[in-house]
Amino acid sequence: MRVLWDLYATWFKMGLVTFGGGYAMLPMIQREVIEKRHWATEDEILDYYAIGQCTPGIIAVNTATFVGYYQKGVLGGIVATIGVVSPSFIIITLIAAFLNNFLEYEIVVHALKGINIGVCVLMVKAITGLWKKSIYNIGSFVIFALALLLSLFSGLSTVLLVIVAAVTGIIFSRLKLVKVEGDQNA
Amino acid sequence: MLSTYLSLIYEFFKTGLFSIGGGLATIPFLKEMAEVYGWFDLDTLSMMIAISESTPGPMGINMATYVGYNTAGIFGALLTTLSIVAPSIIVITLIARYLKQFKKIKVVNEIFAGIKPAVIAFIIAAVYDLFISSLFNIDAGVSWAFFDLPCIIIFLVLLFIYQRLPKIHPVLIILIAGICGILLSL
Repeated sequence: MRVLWDLYATWFKMGLVTFGGGYAMLPMIQREVIEKRHWATEDEILDYYAIGQCTPGIIAVNTATFVGYYQKGVLGGIVATIGVVSPSFIIITLIAAFLNNFLEYEIVVHALKGINIGVCVLMVKAITGLWKKSIYNIGSFVIFALALLLSLFSGLSTVLLVIVAAVTGIIFSRLKLVKVEGDQNA
Repeated sequence: MLSTYLSLIYEFFKTGLFSIGGGLATIPFLKEMAEVYGWFDLDTLSMMIAISESTPGPMGINMATYVGYNTAGIFGALLTTLSIVAPSIIVITLIARYLKQFKKIKVVNEIFAGIKPAVIAFIIAAVYDLFISSLFNIDAGVSWAFFDLPCIIIFLVLLFIYQRLPKIHPVLIILIAGICGILLSL
């Protein structure tokens, strides 16, 4: 019971303080899920993101379901997911009911501009943290650089890019260009 | 009314099942709903997108709640929110159940070794637009006005503080940034 409540409360918090969507949630996940609760490691979260990228649904929701499932089975997955969407449900219902024109308030627009800068700050820190772990040699850098160029400039769908990265991963692993989990000789 | 509820459940379950990647992927489905059912017009849709982007929570969820509320009140909002996450819960629970076994297979780990550096690239690509729009004046062309100096200063100061005091909760950075945004406009 206790774990279920913790799952709900933690993911509620995550939904409440995330502006933007799945990836913008990363700094909060690092703090609350990885450091505070130890429900997952950074590597596992990256796995969930990778899977979330090419499976149906919204990445933030998929990540919540993953973490919840591993803590408390099917029910845990459902509770964490309901938690992450609860703030949206409450806030949007209130806005739709009372404040349809809330973007017309000058102060809201300025606060949002500031908040976006804050999100940039958090993302720089989150990304540099991941960078140190995930880009460790030439092979991993080549995959990173190609994926970045293609996703910024090619217009190819991310699903396709994930497949290309997967195939490159197999080839690079055989050539010993990237580290493979559980492989001592790499 | 019942047929509206059923259509909402069906449409949002479908959206959750087929929008792969994230919140933005749901927009084409919402456009189609506007055309087929006339639940809202395209102007209302753009307003809902703008509000969903600027309120806490995953954007895809915010939009589902918004459309549900606008179409069929608070019960409609509840149905659409639950319907859009249902496919995620089902698919991710199935994947989570077998992931640990999958990860004992060598080629699966090789695939993840390739995808991991690419995920960092996807995260950077996802926040790239936010960075540009938060810190630069895109309309200014090639001149000094291109740099939004006050915003860049806020960004650098907050980044410095966050690097120096990593124990600060990320939410505090968001709050300070929001207040800075309001102060800037005075």
